[in-house]
Amino acid sequence: MPTKATLLPDEFTDLEPFAADWVLRTEPERYAKRLSSPMEQMQAFYDAAFVRAEAAIKYLNQFELDNLPEQAQNLLLLLYSLVMVSFPVEVWKQPHVPDAGAAYLDLVREPVP
Amino acid sequence: MAVAQKPNVGSWTEAYPELGTGPISYEDSISPEFFEAEREAIFRRCWLNVGRVEQVPRVGSYFTKELAVANTSIIIVRGSDQKVRAFHNICRHRGNKLVWTDHPGEEQRGTCQQFACKYHGWRYALDGKLTFIQQEEEFFGVDKTHYGLVEVNLDVWEGFIFINLSAAPAQPLREFLGEMAWGIEGYPFHKLTQVFPYRAVVKANWKLFMDAFQEFYHAPVLHRKQSATPEAAQALYQMGYQGLWYQLFGFHRMVSSMGRFAVPSANDTVKPIDRLTRSGLFGPWDEPDLGLGELPRGLNPARSPMWGLDSFQFFPNFTILIWKPSWYLTYHYWPLTTDSHLFEGTLYFAPPKNAGERLAQETAALTFKEFSLQDGNTLEATHTMLKSRVVDKFLLCDQEILCRHLHKVVRDWVSAYQG
Repeated sequence: MPTKATLLPDEFTDLEPFAADWVLRTEPERYAKRLSSPMEQMQAFYDAAFVRAEAAIKYLNQFELDNLPEQAQNLLLLLYSLVMVSFPVEVWKQPHVPDAGAAYLDLVREPVP
Repeated sequence: MAVAQKPNVGSWTEAYPELGTGPISYEDSISPEFFEAEREAIFRRCWLNVGRVEQVPRVGSYFTKELAVANTSIIIVRGSDQKVRAFHNICRHRGNKLVWTDHPGEEQRGTCQQFACKYHGWRYALDGKLTFIQQEEEFFGVDKTHYGLVEVNLDVWEGFIFINLSAAPAQPLREFLGEMAWGIEGYPFHKLTQVFPYRAVVKANWKLFMDAFQEFYHAPVLHRKQSATPEAAQALYQMGYQGLWYQLFGFHRMVSSMGRFAVPSANDTVKPIDRLTRSGLFGPWDEPDLGLGELPRGLNPARSPMWGLDSFQFFPNFTILIWKPSWYLTYHYWPLTTDSHLFEGTLYFAPPKNAGERLAQETAALTFKEFSLQDGNTLEATHTMLKSRVVDKFLLCDQEILCRHLHKVVRDWVSAYQG
């Protein structure tokens, strides 16, 4: 089956402008993206995605989690990025965790999806 | 205002007179000589948790564990007889590390039918027997039965795999773990198979970081900004932290804490992402049904309706923390040097049934990481100043009783070994 032209399902084309940046397959990629993104960019993504998130979850819940079609997988990854940027946006008002310095915590292996 | 009932003697700490209440020294966390002594006195003699049976599901499943503190690497493997065994990760020929890929120091996992050394092709069965020597006729009468992999004591408790590096462990595993462990037997650990394993090298002595997780006195202060609102943060800060229950069990110790004990109502102040994904620091709001009738008797020892979590610290370096909403995590603190250790924080959830449940786990996992990063950096800062030796007496309050106990037990073990 050929890869679809859009990353996200048709119902969520309004979020497609954010897909290239925030549909990221792994936690380390999402974490690096969060650390390197300006606050305005994360805020814009958060504002757009947050209001659609409940609908997105409802949409995704209709599928077997182990059998998500490709665009649905991407939508779920977009939601993981939403959670990721929520910390800078809702809590810290900056990309990095304050007082964290150079401390890191690597997720060795994540459950997929 | 006291929310927890302290013992009649007036404090948790004074319920254990041998602990004392005076200032303590942290020499045990900054002295290289003490670190060397800990290797032998503690890490080569105690039962150490290295993983869980789900990591070796099939015949031939294996994983390796690097134990810098004991100057070795261990292979854990399930044999064709279904038995799980542990071996030192070393070939009997000329000592090459047996299981490794590009980077010898990296832990491995996989499935195999036998172990083959990449240097000269010697082969070992899954039960450790030496089965093949390349060009055996070139050797001078080698009896293969004498050159199997060096086996390590291994035993399993509630699905947790422990090894013991001594020739003959002083106690069987379940006896070593003792009453604190017996109190949580029957908890459905084996049902919580959705795993998020985190790790980091922290530039602080292993015991200092362990201290950060065995007291929550710091939580309203260090993690202040992570409260849902400034008002909530201030309220928590002013109330301060009080453990529901502290208990010492020989070498081991536990703390029971309040937490989110009910799903937040529409009026409760909750972070927007938490409300959206129905999750947060204390885990997914919607508890899986694990078929657990009654909690094991060791959980929620205060029998409090406000119970949120119990944290069980097993000597020397292993924590099981069980959260009320049916998930748990483990912490391991693997010493690397006096001034550093490998920290492992592993979260265990029930397998998610749909995307919504998976997303709730993502929020819980990310929240855990945000809090841990604050802890990690703070402890690196702490360790550097302890090394100055400018101050050698440190004050511990009643809520820090577990910190007091850990350092005492460690010092007692080292003294007894050296004595």
